[in-house]
Amino acid sequence: MGVRIILTAVLVALTVVSARAVEVQQATSPAGTAFWLVEEPSIPIVSIQMSFKGGARLDPPDRPGLSRLTVGLLDDGAGDLDAVAFSKERDRIAARYGFGVDHDSLTVSATMLKDEAQASAALLGTVLAEPRFDPEAIERMRAQMLSGLASDETDPGTIAGRTWYARAFPEHPYGRTTAGTPDAVRAITRAEIVATHARLLARARASVAVVGAVTVDEAGQLIDTILAGMPEGGPAAPIAAEPAPPPSGIEVVPLSVPQSVAVWGQTGLRRDDPDFFAAFVMNHILGGGGFSSRLMTEVREKRGLAYSVYAYLSELDGAVLYIGRVQTANDRIAESLDVVRAEWRRMAEEGVSQDELDKAKRYLTGAFPLRFDSNAKIAGFLVFAQEAGLGADYIDRRNGLIEAVSVEDIRRVAARLLAPDALSIVVVGEPAGL
Amino acid sequence: MAHRPLLLASLLAPCLAVSPIATALAAPAVASFTLENGLRGVVITDNRAPVVTHMVWYPVGSADEPQGKSGIAHFLEHLMFKGTDEIPEGAFSKIIAENGGRDNAFTSYDYTGYFQRIASDRLELVMRMEADRMRDLAFTEAVAETEREVILEERNQRTENSPQALFSEQMNAALFQNHRYGIPIIGWRHEMEGLTRADALAFYERYYAPDNAVLVVAGDVEPAEVERLARLHYGPLEPSGRPPESRPKEPPHRAARRMTMQDPRVRQPYVMRQYLVPSRGSDDPSKAASLVILAQILGSGITSRFSEQLELGQKIAIDTGAWYSATARDATDFTIYAVPAAGIGLADVEAGLDAVLATMAETGPTEAELARIKRKIRASYIYAEDSQATLARRYGGALSAGLSLEEIAAWPEVLEAVTVQDVRAVAQTYLVPARSVTGWLTGDSEEQG
Repeated sequence: MGVRIILTAVLVALTVVSARAVEVQQATSPAGTAFWLVEEPSIPIVSIQMSFKGGARLDPPDRPGLSRLTVGLLDDGAGDLDAVAFSKERDRIAARYGFGVDHDSLTVSATMLKDEAQASAALLGTVLAEPRFDPEAIERMRAQMLSGLASDETDPGTIAGRTWYARAFPEHPYGRTTAGTPDAVRAITRAEIVATHARLLARARASVAVVGAVTVDEAGQLIDTILAGMPEGGPAAPIAAEPAPPPSGIEVVPLSVPQSVAVWGQTGLRRDDPDFFAAFVMNHILGGGGFSSRLMTEVREKRGLAYSVYAYLSELDGAVLYIGRVQTANDRIAESLDVVRAEWRRMAEEGVSQDELDKAKRYLTGAFPLRFDSNAKIAGFLVFAQEAGLGADYIDRRNGLIEAVSVEDIRRVAARLLAPDALSIVVVGEPAGL
Repeated sequence: MAHRPLLLASLLAPCLAVSPIATALAAPAVASFTLENGLRGVVITDNRAPVVTHMVWYPVGSADEPQGKSGIAHFLEHLMFKGTDEIPEGAFSKIIAENGGRDNAFTSYDYTGYFQRIASDRLELVMRMEADRMRDLAFTEAVAETEREVILEERNQRTENSPQALFSEQMNAALFQNHRYGIPIIGWRHEMEGLTRADALAFYERYYAPDNAVLVVAGDVEPAEVERLARLHYGPLEPSGRPPESRPKEPPHRAARRMTMQDPRVRQPYVMRQYLVPSRGSDDPSKAASLVILAQILGSGITSRFSEQLELGQKIAIDTGAWYSATARDATDFTIYAVPAAGIGLADVEAGLDAVLATMAETGPTEAELARIKRKIRASYIYAEDSQATLARRYGGALSAGLSLEEIAAWPEVLEAVTVQDVRAVAQTYLVPARSVTGWLTGDSEEQG
């Protein structure tokens, strides 16, 4: 064994690009809902993922938390079944359902045993069409949300994220947390919840993917069963106006904790921008996950300033962001932020080397198949690809888009995108020297 | 040694009602081997995607640390990425990444594990690198100094910034009177501050060797090929010849313990209780299986006893739960908690928990409750097959807890065989005051009652 052997292996790697043969079928259910399907017969389970556009951003300005409360109640009773009866029935057929809502969409994920698929789909259909919103269940969920909000008041990570968005999006839905405020959560009425349910779920806004041991016909029937009682509806209301860029400078939120949490950010780049993939690869080198990014090297490996530090591009329906996060002891957080700014500037001014780019491409293209090693992961990715308008052939095209990025592309997008002097920064804790 | 295929035993077992869940079984294909130097290998085949999860588990964790060196197992885990005599400083994860792989590691009480997820045609690369750092770790004093800052920030992030995490530490410390499960995995801060390169290397040299390692490979691989590669790369490594020392055992617990922790950051008080109970590794596994089912009946979901009684019925709690992890080498904790509703005191909600426990010890669960939980458990085995990482962790964790492959294969049947009387018996025997610590976490002294 030796360095020579390992380097040889690395070189061999250059010539091999493996890609999973994910056979995506596009189909339409008998009742007319379009969906994507991957047949995977080797395990007797079926995963279904649905996303409905138009989420908590449409909550009234004085009712943040309304969508969250509504969606939280979906598995608290439906049709003839109260919360306990529903739970027992779900356990009887061993179905698993998950519901979530963010600013832009409501997501439903279901995993079911093949032999119980019809019953599992029927029960989910009842949940989506006829949730009971029993007053008792509402009060229970309201109390849990209020308790969570109270605990959030002293959680530095939560405060940092919420303060950052509130500062970046004043008077805008993205500036209001989907978790709500105590006043709003206390004020929510059952009538508002019923109306929110009707607003959140409409067949016309659904993106649907099915992965598992089903045929295309069976999948179509399951989807129709799930969506049976749902109104057709129209497209989600568009976001009113493109928000202004987040304000530059640092805001400190005092909190008595030993370690400060910092969130920084700036405007990002739309996925349909010609330079999006250049920006994506650039961020992988600058602040992407894993141990290889410049931020990880400079902040953690060289200086021991933090356990985790990362940045990511984020796209909301009406805004694009580039956000990062680091946590460092109060007396050294200023140094961490200095390093972040310096790395932002170095990337803006110098871009990346060919060697860095080659390594990033090898990671990004080689690791892509790791996303497709479970039915649930594939279903989640297919719904993301539908909502982003990427096309059913995206899985096959994606590595080519990464490979096409050049050093010049990254230099151009870095100079255009990165704003080291205009970063919007929130620090929660007792930071020294800020 | 011979390649020995071993199929997970059918989950069918003595089933009361014939349900589709009981018949929809597809056991994962599991093969195993042992090399001459003592390294044990487990191969779980999953051909759905051309990727592989490669893991090495050392069945030593924070519970094996020398006195005064808490956190050294975890510190070493960090330092294992710093290089070897052949891999340059800081290059380990970068080589994995440049090959399209992800890598990481984890430390627990009973084990320390290292893994890579990568295209299956790169298995040999990661195996060669993992084998290299099993015996030839190399890093400088300066690297260790910097990394100590990183683990202190990790402790800040996970623990010091969270009163709930600090409270759990205090609870564990009070529960275990003689065993190192009572000491946090990440370490006590004052001891972490004194950890050195020499401490890490001493732990490494004592424990990291093929006869004290379990290899788990899951994914798009052929068992015979995995064994061939393992023989090639792990086979030449020298065994230590020294299994880990047995750990100190808990003495009989004779007194119920209580604590109140106040932290001004706490906005939502709650009560938590831990009991000292057996694990799969410490006692007859049927006791652990009964405790698994007891935890679910007491505190899993809205149909659980705690939820039905305290949240839905009396409305004195807004959240409740019970937690027990059976896969441990030594006697471990069984934890319950309740978060009081607004205006309800901790004493009242604690009394509510006690009333539910008393009923359970007296009458046990109903047959219907037992059947419902078993059905969920059977389904969970089917669902687990959708994730090769979950399967790999299940085997690695259980082998690291000292269980054999036969015991792992038999576990679903042990769960299936649990009776109403078994559940009642473990509730009566183990959920008793003398084995318990009860803790209140509050924001200020006013909220205690």
